Amino acid sequence: MPRALTLQVNGRATKVETDDPDMPLLYALRDGLGLHGPKFGCGLGQCGACTVLIDGEAVRSCVTPLSAVAAKAKITTLEGLSKDGKPSALQQAFIDEQAAQCGYCINGMIMQSAALLRTNKKPDEAAIRQALANNLCRCGTHVRIVRAVQRATSA
Amino acid sequence: MFDTLDRRALLQAGGALVVSFSLRPAAAFAAEKPSTLPPKPVTLDEVDSFLSIARDGRVTVYSGKVELGTGVETALTQIAAEELDVPLARVQIVQGDTALTPDQGPTYGSLSIQVGGVQLRQAAATARKALLTMASQKLGAPAEGLTISDGVIAAPGGKRVTFGELIGDKRFTAKLDKDAAPKDPKSYKFVGQSVRRLDIPDKITARFTYMQDMRMPGMLHGRVVRPTAIGASLQSVDETSVKDIPDLVKIVREGNFLGVVCRSEWGAVRAVQALKATWSGGGGLPDRAKLWEHVRGTKIVKEEVTSTVGDADAVLASAAKKLSATYDFAIHTHGSIGPSCAIANFADGQLTVWTASQMTHTLWQQLAKMFSLPADKVRAIYVEGAGCYGRNGHEDAAADAALMSRAVGKPVRVQWMRADEHGWDPKGPPTLIDCKGAIGTDGSVAAWRTDFYIPQGGAGPVPLVAADLAKLPNDVGLFPGGIQQNSAIPYKFATIATRIHRLETTPFRPSWIRAPGRMQNTFANEAFVDELAAAANVDPLEFRMRYLDDARGKELLQRLGTFAKWQKRTGPRATASGDKVTGRGLAYVFYELNRTYVGAVADVEVDRKSGAIRVTRFAVVQDCGQVINPDGVRSQIEGNVIQTVSRVLLEELDWDSNAVTSVDWATYPILTFPDVPAIDIDLIERQTEKPWGVGEPSSSIVAPAISSAVFDAIGVRLRSVPFVPEKVLAALRAA
Repeated sequence: MPRALTLQVNGRATKVETDDPDMPLLYALRDGLGLHGPKFGCGLGQCGACTVLIDGEAVRSCVTPLSAVAAKAKITTLEGLSKDGKPSALQQAFIDEQAAQCGYCINGMIMQSAALLRTNKKPDEAAIRQALANNLCRCGTHVRIVRAVQRATSA
Repeated sequence: MFDTLDRRALLQAGGALVVSFSLRPAAAFAAEKPSTLPPKPVTLDEVDSFLSIARDGRVTVYSGKVELGTGVETALTQIAAEELDVPLARVQIVQGDTALTPDQGPTYGSLSIQVGGVQLRQAAATARKALLTMASQKLGAPAEGLTISDGVIAAPGGKRVTFGELIGDKRFTAKLDKDAAPKDPKSYKFVGQSVRRLDIPDKITARFTYMQDMRMPGMLHGRVVRPTAIGASLQSVDETSVKDIPDLVKIVREGNFLGVVCRSEWGAVRAVQALKATWSGGGGLPDRAKLWEHVRGTKIVKEEVTSTVGDADAVLASAAKKLSATYDFAIHTHGSIGPSCAIANFADGQLTVWTASQMTHTLWQQLAKMFSLPADKVRAIYVEGAGCYGRNGHEDAAADAALMSRAVGKPVRVQWMRADEHGWDPKGPPTLIDCKGAIGTDGSVAAWRTDFYIPQGGAGPVPLVAADLAKLPNDVGLFPGGIQQNSAIPYKFATIATRIHRLETTPFRPSWIRAPGRMQNTFANEAFVDELAAAANVDPLEFRMRYLDDARGKELLQRLGTFAKWQKRTGPRATASGDKVTGRGLAYVFYELNRTYVGAVADVEVDRKSGAIRVTRFAVVQDCGQVINPDGVRSQIEGNVIQTVSRVLLEELDWDSNAVTSVDWATYPILTFPDVPAIDIDLIERQTEKPWGVGEPSSSIVAPAISSAVFDAIGVRLRSVPFVPEKVLAALRAA
């Protein structure tokens, strides 16, 4: 029987129905809540396209079972970074640097960088590259992504 | 919650109702009203095939070329806005819809601007001319004296008429006029400007709807279960193995095709994991450790001569100073970050697919064949997906979805899992190249001979996996793309023989991946040129200049020398002490010997102890003629360099006797942030020249530049891609 779970997503309590507590969070966000930010890339926690923040930490939602997400945990997706339809400073930096080609990986790049900037307000280039070491981009947008994060830190 | 895209589902294939659907809310356009208009043409010779203008002046461009993440949507918008003199925001693009857009060929081969953009420019120039003629009559003023600004035509006396008033919601009913002169580049407002990409803000803020995000009412979720061995037969399916999946709708079994359809996506994923099936036979793949012996032993079915100057073989037979080397380039996967995805709706004898295919106009025909439907009963509609660098799995996912939709009578969305993508997308075939050269007594190149061992076939309808498995009508043959390109060389050596030996088969279903053949062939050609330069004791830059007779090519190389601060050298640099040493290498390409020049210098750091190569910097100079969007071109060069550094240093398909075993990012690693080089670009803009392709050319110089840089650093040649540490160490031991 499907059960309704409560998740705190982008500042709102939302209900998600599932018959499987082991369903990864990604499917609840995409199929249950219709969010487009987190993406399915590998389902293995290898590429980072599915990244969301849980209580500020970058988490791979494709390998995070719903049962492991506390009802009070604050989940933030790419949608949740914007305020009143206005991009966050980090998002704006990605726009200003034109830091996307296909853009499919960009959700993960921004969410991972948002987590980095919480703990390190002024990361240097090496720190940014290291923080993004497990986020894959196939189009080759890396240099712009690094510039975008640097731009956000100097804003 | 459903997207605005849902209204696409309501469209009748080929109907008169034309809806302009935009993925950008800010540019959401109203649907054209049903009208008595003649059906919209899609032929390449009609203005109405390419564009329409609404009463409110908004312009809709219909493009057979599609946005794959390269920025062509923005560039095509710039071209249309420029020729029509309307603001960029007044233009929107419908892409790759077989019912609405002209078939401008697949979005491949670096042709979206060079061919698609030029066709659109001519259509817009024709429309502009027609609008001026109409305005002349309406305003009673000679067309020559009229001016156009922001979609308004004005006569000298101040009388004005808008595009919408002249042609709004009507057809031009005019053939493309090759004499309609496009605007003088000196008057350009948008073309040549780094206009910001139209799609990026929505992609950054998650408002964008990718193919993978699209949903529609009543839609079910499908997943495929591929054979455990290539060519295996499905023996049995244990349906009880999925009895615990509560929302299972159907197990779809047709021949060797196996898939599951569920109401939820997660249900379908779980069902695939749980489903027990037995397979037999298949496999028999060549021994991976003996791939190159296998390629060399494959039957040759056709010989092709791509260039001959004098008698290179005779010179080689008698030359005192000869070099020979064999180059090889591994099998690669496309590796899109988002697995292939499609939605199909098989209803009332009609099939509609929403797909991220780069070639909807080919897919449409393939699906009609597969399901034995008349072509007018099939419609393929492009929806942008994750990056596409050639013919990957999108077409196959569309066929999977169509087969499952037919089985359940509802729209079915299929997204491949990661292992489906890595395991079953078509591959860039293995390439083997033998090179021979002779240096004459005067130190010049007396002979050049190259032999390319590559699969037969060109570009075309790559057979669909689902049709093959389900034993439905399918295209047959190998379609590796135009991989003979750049086998001939731009250098004027005394004697030249370039020969292609077409192989009957290749181990995996082939297709084209970015710069197919051009990348592999340029690797061998340019690295071997570097070998000859070293043998002749000549600086590699000077050596190339000596044998080029093409002014643009020579200018580019000169600029590269200055831009990269090239220092002359005639052999590997004096080796510094220590394990980590640095080197620089140069490469040049005249893409397909008829468009886009690229030269590059790679800086590398080689660890002699571990064999690891780090590419630290790439300096690239490119001349692609007219540049529509400089930042867009730079972005493509950056992408080409980074993606190809990844392919050259790391990538190689792995398999056992049955199937591909490199099925995820752990077993098929790609370049990551810490190892991405810095990239410096000098873009030569020639705004009065033709615009040439940029999506691929700068990828083709990456492998030879790195190989030559490693030679400079440690004095050994790397002739086998990927340049993994074991190969570096083996080359050092052999030196």
